[in-house]
Amino acid sequence: MNKKDLLLEIGLEEMPARFVTNSMKQLSDKVRSWMTDKKISFDEIRAYSSPRRLAVLVTGVSTAQDDINEEAKGPAKKIALNENGEWSKAAIGFTRGQGSSIEDIFFKEINGVEYAHVNKFIKGQETSALLPELEQIVASLTFPKNMRWGTQDLRFVRPIKWLLALFGSELIPFSITGVQTSNRTRGHRFLGEEIELNNPADYEKALLAQYVITNPQERKNAISSQLEKIEEANGWVIPVDEDLLEEVNNLVEYPTALYGQFEEAFLELPEEVLITSMKEHQRYFPVKSKEGRLLPYFVTVRNGGHEHLEKVAKGNEKVLRARLADAAFFYKEDQKTAINASLAKLQSIVYHEEIGTLAQKVDRVRQLANQLSSKLCFNEEDQEITDRAAEISKFDLVSHMVYEFPELQGFMGEKYAIQKGEKEAVARAINEHYMPRNAEDHTPSSNAGALLSIAEKMDTIVASFAIGIIPSGSQDPYALRRQATGVIQTLLAKQWDLKLENLIGLALDAVLNAKIGKKGKADLMDELTSFFKLRVKYLLQGKGVRYDFIDAVLGREIGSVSSLVRRAEVLEANKDAEGFKESIEALSRVINISSKAEEKGEVDSSLFENEYEKALFNKYLSVKKEMENAVSEESAFKLLISMKPEIDQYFEHTMVMAENKDIRSNRLTQMALLAGVILQFANMNEIIVK
Amino acid sequence: MNIQNMILTLQKHWSEQGCILMQAYDVEKGAGTMSPYTFLRAIGPEPWNVAYVEPSRRPADGRYGENPNRLYQHHQFQVIMKPSPDNIQELYLDSLKALGIDPLEHDIRFVEDNWENPSLGCAGLGWEVWLDGMEITQFTYFQQVGGLECKPVSVEITYGIERLASYIQDKENVFDLEWTEGFTVRDIFLQPEFEHSKYTFETSDQEMLFNLFNIYEKEAHRQMDEGLVHPAYDYVLKCSHTFNLLDARGAISVTERTGYIARCRSLARKVAKTFYEEREKLGFPILKEKEEGSHE
Repeated sequence: MNKKDLLLEIGLEEMPARFVTNSMKQLSDKVRSWMTDKKISFDEIRAYSSPRRLAVLVTGVSTAQDDINEEAKGPAKKIALNENGEWSKAAIGFTRGQGSSIEDIFFKEINGVEYAHVNKFIKGQETSALLPELEQIVASLTFPKNMRWGTQDLRFVRPIKWLLALFGSELIPFSITGVQTSNRTRGHRFLGEEIELNNPADYEKALLAQYVITNPQERKNAISSQLEKIEEANGWVIPVDEDLLEEVNNLVEYPTALYGQFEEAFLELPEEVLITSMKEHQRYFPVKSKEGRLLPYFVTVRNGGHEHLEKVAKGNEKVLRARLADAAFFYKEDQKTAINASLAKLQSIVYHEEIGTLAQKVDRVRQLANQLSSKLCFNEEDQEITDRAAEISKFDLVSHMVYEFPELQGFMGEKYAIQKGEKEAVARAINEHYMPRNAEDHTPSSNAGALLSIAEKMDTIVASFAIGIIPSGSQDPYALRRQATGVIQTLLAKQWDLKLENLIGLALDAVLNAKIGKKGKADLMDELTSFFKLRVKYLLQGKGVRYDFIDAVLGREIGSVSSLVRRAEVLEANKDAEGFKESIEALSRVINISSKAEEKGEVDSSLFENEYEKALFNKYLSVKKEMENAVSEESAFKLLISMKPEIDQYFEHTMVMAENKDIRSNRLTQMALLAGVILQFANMNEIIVK
Repeated sequence: MNIQNMILTLQKHWSEQGCILMQAYDVEKGAGTMSPYTFLRAIGPEPWNVAYVEPSRRPADGRYGENPNRLYQHHQFQVIMKPSPDNIQELYLDSLKALGIDPLEHDIRFVEDNWENPSLGCAGLGWEVWLDGMEITQFTYFQQVGGLECKPVSVEITYGIERLASYIQDKENVFDLEWTEGFTVRDIFLQPEFEHSKYTFETSDQEMLFNLFNIYEKEAHRQMDEGLVHPAYDYVLKCSHTFNLLDARGAISVTERTGYIARCRSLARKVAKTFYEEREKLGFPILKEKEEGSHE
């Protein structure tokens, strides 16, 4: 079979950096599935991208589709032949449809019925005849944001400038938005030129000669090694933020890292301000000393070569200087505003039109935090810190600095609170109450910070649900899922035994008292509980807990997530112990049969017919009492499985569903009480025992 | 290169690309986009290529002439080309070369920046252009103007004149920039900067401004009902500037703010729609001329 290489390159005006990698993957996935679908065999697909191009090189592509040899099934024999044994119209029609004739028919039995068949052979088409279909692949690419340009109707990420499409040395003809495919590509915008390509395999090399590194991983490696060289040459440490590296990598076709400096005096600004100015606004890498101190240098990656680097550095220094001078001005201005003046401004800032002002939100969060701090029996000092931190938790949102750098909310709150004479613990709690800020972030470490974080997030989630902002599918604009996960992680990290239902209830009361939304409490409670349940489930899955253990401990209610996780861990720890399976089976049996109990009542011991009933009842009473005082989930579990002998004996000698109605009902009541104790720990029924 | 020569250079460059050289429009506005030469002409099918300098007023950015980077009024050099030409990026880069900026000696990048002006019902996609890390130009493909889908699409190029000049002249303080030989920005603009800042933040009559907003708004609606788009649009611009003055003064609470923006937007949408209808009544004359011209 003949093979050739296939190359498709879409040349674009600069794509948004954040779309490049995914778009490249999308293109290569679509080409792969098209080739598979078309039965065109190939060796390998390589994907390439830069800000100005998305490309795939498919090696060893067969010059024709695979031939198809198959049996086509037609009508059943009794329909294919009439009563005289002649071919029916149906049979003739079938063969005509298959491009064969009645002589080709043979019969084959399928599920006891004979059907007419013909052998069908379809010769694979020439690949080159099919390749113009790549046009649809290109046109069908989707992007998070699309645009139109000129007089074109197509919505695409950015205007298409050229299309390179080659099969071997042969051009694949098609056009999109007036751009006709050719064998030409363009090099680096300033260093390279337009070139002709006659062999797809030359792609990488030919463009490298035109100052474009088309393989994104190689480009990234080049940046990394340049950063390392700068580190070595200067004795610095350049902490590499992967997201920033990814973004920078997709802003350049030919990277050259260089460094510049700024005035030492700016180091008096808080480190977060400096780092944000450099990273977020300029896409610079900050530089640290080996001891971890921020240094007055920055590293930027230029889209180009080594010529005139000093000029580029000088320009960048000028920009950063202006930005830092701005920041220093804001920092100075912010010192002049008292906390109370800032708090007053919160009254006129609308948090959300249907939820009210920021000041109102702060009031609710403060009330909730105080309720929780007394529930958790915080000492007096922690209670005071929580209250004060809650009261002033948002004062930095009206500072100049946070207005300019929204991502510094909390960080500035901490700095400014200390400068304005607040206790250090209060200041820290202000910063910590935004934590965890993202999936990788830690939970707050101080009690006040953790509690405030929980209260603030609960208020946000509950108020959003109340006005109908509920995450669904990929829609979660307020990141409520992440916030709920943050609440759960914080509860776990602190090992606080707050019942999630109570937490939701308290937050909900505050929100409903403020007349937010139009929904009823019961509905909201249901929606919120199932929302949190799912978060807990995902979190436990993420921790590698067995899914049946998760289902078992996530019973009728969530309760305390800390206890819930500990219970799952106990199950996990004991799953291989001897007798685990048997114990779980015994406990499950109780739960199963208890479902037949109709009403709750008291066990009447005078209705007992055998000693085993009595033994189990006594055991139940003692276990129930000990469970109440159990110091750990482990000991609770031990207590439950200690009932196994009594349960087994009971079932061996007792027929729960007795004929006599009173006896039956008494036995079911006993089962229900027993099940109640077991279910407090977990629904053992969910556990799969092999 | 001083600012005057920069402007002359850009005018010459874009004039050679077929742009009509216009003069600044004589009603206060916050950005070159709000000039009727952009806002109205981006609407509808008629081709339109223009370039002009637009003095842009941003009351909230007033700093009494004390801040080296912020101005109550700065200058934009605005280019609009409709439909957006295929080689527009190259044309733009050529304009930088004309200004003496050799791309080989610098780091020039097109960094994603999508533009939205909710108070005018406008949205576009494009970039900010970075010159050695400094944002010198906004480059936008209009997708929607006044709530109407743009078809064909206009491209808007907005150079921040003072920004670019501070780079070209290597000055830290905007007031040190040379406008033309013997005159700096300080000589020409320092006093108005101070006075407008003082007016904006201290002495403006809020009650009068609120009244003016209502009067302008009413007049805009009235003129649109008469089908007189341009007078109506002048009053829309006045509404917008009056709102900016009130907002900078802190006279508008956050809740009210949303309301005022909604009022501006509904005016802008109505103007856009009326303009389209009026041009349609005239048979889109520029489109016709071009088509006839191309047959010759």
